[in-house]
Amino acid sequence: MTTSVASLPAAFKPRQVLSWFGVAPFFLFATLFLILPTLNIVLGAFRNAEGQVTLENLGKLLAPSIRSAFWISIELSLLTAALGCLFGFLIAAAITVGGLPRPLRNAILTFSGVASNFAGVPLAFAFIATLGRLGFVTMLLRHWFGINLYGAGFNIVSFLGLALTYLYFQIPLMVLIITPALEGLRREWREAAESLGANGFQYWRLVALPVLWPSLLGTLALLFANAFGAVATAIALTGSSLSIAPIVLFAQIRGDVLNDPHLGYAIAFAMILLTAIANAIYIFLRMRAERWVK
Amino acid sequence: MTERRLWSWLAVAMGGLYFLLPLVGMFDFSMRMQRDGYSFEAYRVVLADPQFQQTFGYSVVLALLTIVLGILIVVPTAYFVRLRFPGLRPIVEFLTLLPLVIPPIVIVFGYIRIYNTSSVLPMTGSWWGTNLLLLFGYATLSLPYMYRSVDTGLRTIDIASLTEAAQSLGAGWARILAIVILPNVFVSVLSGAFLTFAIVIGEYVFAALLNVGSFGPYMVWMGGNRAYEPSALAVVAFAITWACMGLIQLFTRFSKFSTVRR
Repeated sequence: MTTSVASLPAAFKPRQVLSWFGVAPFFLFATLFLILPTLNIVLGAFRNAEGQVTLENLGKLLAPSIRSAFWISIELSLLTAALGCLFGFLIAAAITVGGLPRPLRNAILTFSGVASNFAGVPLAFAFIATLGRLGFVTMLLRHWFGINLYGAGFNIVSFLGLALTYLYFQIPLMVLIITPALEGLRREWREAAESLGANGFQYWRLVALPVLWPSLLGTLALLFANAFGAVATAIALTGSSLSIAPIVLFAQIRGDVLNDPHLGYAIAFAMILLTAIANAIYIFLRMRAERWVK
Repeated sequence: MTERRLWSWLAVAMGGLYFLLPLVGMFDFSMRMQRDGYSFEAYRVVLADPQFQQTFGYSVVLALLTIVLGILIVVPTAYFVRLRFPGLRPIVEFLTLLPLVIPPIVIVFGYIRIYNTSSVLPMTGSWWGTNLLLLFGYATLSLPYMYRSVDTGLRTIDIASLTEAAQSLGAGWARILAIVILPNVFVSVLSGAFLTFAIVIGEYVFAALLNVGSFGPYMVWMGGNRAYEPSALAVVAFAITWACMGLIQLFTRFSKFSTVRR
């Protein structure tokens, strides 16, 4: 065992073949449970029951009920993405450049981590218990302020109710993503702007926002995709009474309505297309944002 | 300056109100099952429900298996990509991020079409097959979190030197991965694992569409049939999310500490 250390590395170079066995399970797994299922959907969207290539399925998306479901989904995702961006930005600005005590900043970031993962069924229950017919806030408003929410036309099982619920995971996600970008704003920029006589509003409009806008738009796209794919919250809240695209697809798969698998393919394909575009925008803008905010 | 601080407090206060009220409402509602005041009756009823115990137990076992499967798939891949195939890196990263891009309902739809009873691999035809498919599905959903945390963990250690040292002592690949690499990235693996746990426990769409009786579908069933118990379940689910995120915080702080010391 007196081999010199210098000659060892060459002998130790493991055969490349062996290393391939290390990554092969991952690629096999990804192929079987990620790529093939998705490919099956995409190809299925362009084929009819006999296996011939056709655009017929995509044409079915134009049926009024499907079109309106997609439209409501897009509106819901856009609205909650925009409001999530706005309020998330305000909170992130407050805890980064707003001069609030540091422990509060950490507490809010931790809570955002939890709340952005508190989606799905339990979130729907929380909102029913709060803003449902017998909910905490509903009762509070009625007894203390004499405001009858449901008399005024509000219903948690509605577009507005769903939007309000989605914001519970949209705002924290925005806070988590935009906080690092806001921290990247250098103090010198603000000082330089102020020494040139700019007020706070001018600083934001002419310096901070132009630097931040790729991050802001990118996050908007990400939040859009995030809301668009959410199903469980909507089902637990509305019990599929509100017809949004993922719920229509859910019903399609369950075979409750129509039961045309190729229409299901088309709906799923359209959903992939929309979330993929939104994510591509996010990735592109994020790369642009990183040029500035380092 | 003071004006800016005033705005900041206002924004945080409004946000606090919006985020705390549903939690208060959920907790308040869960305590109101008995008419003569607050009680934990709803929790008692839920926890004593054999169906709760069964579905919750099932989801916990499934979550743990998902984590094990995730580690088995992700750790060797991340390791070999860093050590031998840096060129594969963008491809692997792209693949692991796909589950965040493709809506889960579309992924499970694909499973049902490919692995149904009349396909080449009829996994949905048997009890075992369906459970296995659900396990693979959850491992897919956990890929983005697992890969990111393991890869971040690998970045902090010198895997090339560790590998050479282990090889010079006569260790094979399996041994290197199991007793050299894994312990070194264990803390990072845990943060991915806790996130996976939180996600799998409450997951609904996969389980519902594959007709599996896990905790998610049980919660939805409760929501449709009972008044107070769903809130109790939501509190339980939220507590689990909190616990998982708290543990992640704890372990990442711990890992920062240990890297500083090293």
